[in-house]
Parts: sequence; structure tokens; C-alpha cells
Amino acid sequence: MISLHGVSHTFGNVEALAGIDLEVGEHEFVAVIGRSGCGKSTLLRLIAGLLTPSEGQVLVAGDRVAKPRRDVSFMFQQPALLPWRSVLSNVLLPIEIFGFTRREYRDRAHELLDLVGLGGFEKRLPHELSGGMRQRVSLCRSLIQSPRVMLMDEPFSALDAITRTELSEELQRVQLELPRTVVFVTHSIDEAVLLADRIVVLSPRPGRIHKIVDVDLPRPRALGQVELDQVSRELRGLLAEVTA
Amino acid sequence: MKVVLPVLGLLAIIGAWWLATIVFGIEPFLVPSPADVVGEFLEVPGYLLEQALITLWEAVSGFGLAIVIGVPLALLIVGSTVLERMFYPLLVALNAVPKVAIAPIVVVWFGFGISSKVLMVVLVCIFPIVISTASGMKSTPGELVELFRSLDAARHHEFFKLRLPYALPQVFVGLKVSITLAVIGAVIGEFVGASAGLGFVISQSGGNANTSLAFAAMTLLAIMSVALFYGLSFAERKLLPYA
Repeated sequence: MISLHGVSHTFGNVEALAGIDLEVGEHEFVAVIGRSGCGKSTLLRLIAGLLTPSEGQVLVAGDRVAKPRRDVSFMFQQPALLPWRSVLSNVLLPIEIFGFTRREYRDRAHELLDLVGLGGFEKRLPHELSGGMRQRVSLCRSLIQSPRVMLMDEPFSALDAITRTELSEELQRVQLELPRTVVFVTHSIDEAVLLADRIVVLSPRPGRIHKIVDVDLPRPRALGQVELDQVSRELRGLLAEVTA
Repeated sequence: MKVVLPVLGLLAIIGAWWLATIVFGIEPFLVPSPADVVGEFLEVPGYLLEQALITLWEAVSGFGLAIVIGVPLALLIVGSTVLERMFYPLLVALNAVPKVAIAPIVVVWFGFGISSKVLMVVLVCIFPIVISTASGMKSTPGELVELFRSLDAARHHEFFKLRLPYALPQVFVGLKVSITLAVIGAVIGEFVGASAGLGFVISQSGGNANTSLAFAAMTLLAIMSVALFYGLSFAERKLLPYA
């Protein structure tokens, strides 16, 4: 679904990413992990078409990415909700921007909100919600257009530890119900191990693929599960290597 | 409590004023007592309210016109760096010119009627509106702009669905500054050349030392400004509950 061939990116004369080759299959969940400043977010923005690679090429569904696509959605670290819009209107924002009719997607929006436990909150404004609820709304918004690819840029990192765990388990549930191709950037080992089929470990400055770890564990997984610990330990070791 | 304290403050000031006129035996033509002012108002209430309505109409229509011109102007400035570089300094220069200095010219151009007053109001009001709208639109958080980019949103969507609504709380800051200036602008216009309005009443009463009448007119101006300001604050709370 996603292919990166020899992708490098430089900002001015700072090399952010160098020689990235990566294939992500349909409905595969790939986590990208690494220290801050290793180009994780840049990688995601290249796939999203928000940035153009300095070298190499990015393909989504066989087409070269030149600008953001409608079948690729992006979820940010911040909920990025419009404060004057109700929960429902925020979820329907992509539909409006794409010029589709809101009415046809209203039922789907309700379904998605129910799925993340926000049924009954449709008319609320974002400032009336907790941080975790806002990020759930943001998740619904990135699902409304039924994207083939979801790109997630540390979506839970601004939340407190408890909410964070809750939301990563919820994302696992959503992914089991509505499987998508996902690239999930994080610096939490636990999140990566819980959610991913494969975990890409990036080394910093410039970002290169240090290693790709397969997580062959059955789903649903649970945080704190013994089998996950083994993978976590391996990842911790790998991350220690790349800092040196 | 919200109403009680300001009312108490007002009563205290009026009391002190009244007391001062009695204790120091100040002549009414210098500083009239509150009773003189109320008495003056009650002599010609219809006339004064009529003049107040004229000033109110000048202030409100000029204020409305300043919004109608100012907001699109801000949109243009934010939308194009070329336009910003061309016209922003001019706008600052326009604002730097004392409006009292422009007033006589405006009256020469537009006559003694209402249009010269409305133009004065536009001139004093437009700057805060343009500045607050433009800076509000520029302060849109990066992640929201990026969200719109990631949806490949058209420019007009980014403007009208994101930047302008996001700027509204800031726009209201500009509006609240402007609405008080609007009354001042109308009065300046009336001072320079008019045959009606509270500013005209004040400059007339100065001529024949009718200080009580001037005070009555000023009181009406103050009430008008305060009412306009709080009306706007109320509208803001209703329109922007999230701000």
C-alpha cells in the first residue's frame, strides 16, 4: 500500500532522513519509533504529501505522492479540533472540505462516535470534553472518509498515562473492527508493541532505518502481557544502540 | 454582585461630586451639581434624546461600515504579502494622523450633514478592526493549518472555515476598542461642523456658558458608549461561548 524508495529529506542543510526504503502492506500496522529529532514526523509528512522528498520517491497505492490524498488521513499529536464546532461537525469536517454532502455521512459519524464511546456527546463543544475525549473525536474525524491509509503522529503523547493506555487499547479495538493500513509514529515502546505488526526503529541525525522488528503475537493483545515484554526488551536494547 | 459594585462606585462618585459643589460653593456655570444636570435634562428631554439618537446613528453606521470595509481589508492583507507590504504602512500612517486634524477637511469634502460624521467614525474605527482581524487570522495554530493542508483544502476553505472563525475572539477585541472610539469620532465630527447631535449640543452650550446642558449631553454620551460596549460584550458571549 505504501512504498518508500531511497527517500531522503533535508531542511536547508540539515539532513532529516537518509535512504529510507520501506514497504507497508495493506491493512498492516507499522509503528515507527526513535528518539526525538530522528525524523519520525518528517517521514509521516512525506507519506502524507505535506512534504516532498528531496530524493527518492513515495508511493501510495501505486501512485507517486505529490500532494495530500483523500484516501490518506492524518492524525496529529494535538486533537486539532475547531473550537466553535460541535463534536459532530468536527468529525464531518473532511466531508465538507471534500465537497460531499454531510447528510450522507451523518450516520457514519454517529457510528464512529459510538464506537469510541462518545455516543450522546455529538452536540458538545470541544472545550467541554476531556483531553482523551478530544483525541477520540480526532480519531473519528480521521476515520470518517474511510481512508485506506491512516498516518498517526504520536497521537496519544499529549495525554496523561492512564488515558493514554486507554486510548491505545481502544485504537487496537478500532483497528480490529475497521482494519486499515496504519503508520504510527510514537516514542512509547509499550504502544508500539501493543499495536504494531512491525516496528521500525529509526536512528537519529539523519534518520535511517536501524532495524525492523516483527511482532508476531496474536490479537487482541493487552498491555503488561508477558509475551509483549520480550519484544519491549529487544526494542529497548535497539534504542540504546542508536543513541550511542 | 456583578451589578451592585459598579452601581455603588457610580453612586459614590456622584455623591462626592455633589458634596464638592455644595462644600466649596462652586458656581453652577463652572461645575453644575448632579441635580442641575438632571434638571437641565428634564427641561428639554425630547430635544436631547433626539440629538443622542443622531449621534448614535452616526456612530453605529460608521462602526458597521468600518467592519464591512475593515474585515475584507484584513483578509486581503493576510492573503497576500504583496498587498500587506503595499498597504500596511499606509494604514499605520493613517492611524497615526490625529483624527481631529482630519475632521475639518472631511467636513469640507462631505459637508455639514451626517456623511462627514460617518466618515470620521469609519476613520477612527477601521484601524483596530483591521489589526485585530489580521493578527487573529495569523495566529491560527500550526496544527490546525496543517490539518487543512492534510485535507488538501482549498484556500477559501482555509480562510472561511478556519482562519476567520479562529480570529473571531480577537476580532471582538478590536470591535470593543472601536465601538468606544466610534462615539468619539462622531462627536469630533459634530464639533467641527454640524447642526445636530450631542457634540453639536456641547459645542453650542460652551458658547453660551450653559455648562449644565453640556454635562447632560456628556452624560448621555457616556451612557451610550457604555451601553454599546456591553451590548457588544453580550453579543460576544452569545456568539462565541468557547472563547
